[in-house]
Amino acid sequence: MASGKEIKGKIASVQSTKKITRAMEMVAASKMRKAQERMEASKPYATRMRQVVAHLANADLEYRHIYLQERDVKNVGYIVVTSDRGLAGGLNVNLLKSVVKDAREWEEKGAKVQHCVVGSKGLAFFRSVGGKVEASVSGLGDAPYLSDLIGSIKVMLDAYENGEIDRLYIVYNEFVNTMTQKPKTIRLLPLEPGADEELKRHWDYIYEPAPKELLDELLVRFIESQVYQGVVENNACEQAARMVAMKAASDNAGEIINDLQLVYNKARQAAITQEISEIVGGAAAV
Amino acid sequence: MAMTVHCDIVSAERQLFSGLVEMVVAAGVEGDLGVMPGHAPLLTRLKPGPVRVKTQNGEEQVFYVSGGFLEVQPKLVTVLADTAERAQDMDEADAERAKQHAKDALEGKNAEMDYTRAAAALAEATARLRTIEQIKKMAKR
Repeated sequence: MASGKEIKGKIASVQSTKKITRAMEMVAASKMRKAQERMEASKPYATRMRQVVAHLANADLEYRHIYLQERDVKNVGYIVVTSDRGLAGGLNVNLLKSVVKDAREWEEKGAKVQHCVVGSKGLAFFRSVGGKVEASVSGLGDAPYLSDLIGSIKVMLDAYENGEIDRLYIVYNEFVNTMTQKPKTIRLLPLEPGADEELKRHWDYIYEPAPKELLDELLVRFIESQVYQGVVENNACEQAARMVAMKAASDNAGEIINDLQLVYNKARQAAITQEISEIVGGAAAV
Repeated sequence: MAMTVHCDIVSAERQLFSGLVEMVVAAGVEGDLGVMPGHAPLLTRLKPGPVRVKTQNGEEQVFYVSGGFLEVQPKLVTVLADTAERAQDMDEADAERAKQHAKDALEGKNAEMDYTRAAAALAEATARLRTIEQIKKMAKR
């Protein structure tokens, strides 16, 4: 059995770990609130934008934009949104697992997969596992700016326009509630027509200015808004997952401390008993 | 009761307006346009300027947008603004100062600013002032 001093040292070390996890939990909780607000604030724009584009995909447009044309799938692009930091439970792992699974399915169908990675965790994953990473951006911080994302989005859009990829997906964690975050995959390109039956008639918009320049700008804006929404939502998920993970860690540390304390008390008592019996034994000998 | 159409005004940061309206007036790139219920599908880019909505109960509200898109569907009008604010929140003095600053830049007083950016800033400041003037006109009525 370990001596009293050794156990004392162990208790102190677990206690300091607990202090750290407790602090991280509280930081994550306060950051989560802000991240959630940010997510809610940008949601209406992203939803409306998606609605408009769904209308557009249903319309009988005089100018068929390249983003609306279905092509044979030979190459697939994924925008993978991960966090920059770890210690967030299974958040990134679950997400990357779903990406790998999808990628394998595509490869079985004979399509090649390439990625655009947001966040350093994803980048580290693809570096160790292998996988084609065309563009990456990390270090976005707690309040991501759209302007930081535009560069890597453009890489994927250019690849789509040049025929290097035929499909573009985005994968990020969906914020269900504080306890639950689910990896979510959305098809960005080509655009999916909306389910609204009423709109499936032959009609077209009146355009101001000409359709080409208008659609070019609108669709790029649409993709950007969707990616931004994904990144903001993933951020809220990261904070929530970290808060939960750190709470679990703090609770576990508390349990370990209790157990160790018990072991320590037993060891102490055993030592005292031993000492007494030694004294008694010694006195009897004299 | 007058015919109404649902209208949403959203910017990248937040939702500004959502509700039934009798008319929407916005500054499209090819000129100002008014949208009433039952309008044909339309898609246009917006210039920096005011977006005026006449709500269901005849009350008028003005918003400022710094560009964006307007989509019209028979039952739905959507304004996707780059940045939007309620016109009441805007400050005339601020707008005037911004306009002066942009003018100075255009005349080369501040060589660091490039021409296109200055022109865009001037257009925006002018649009802000236009919005404020519209608000004032409405208040007098």
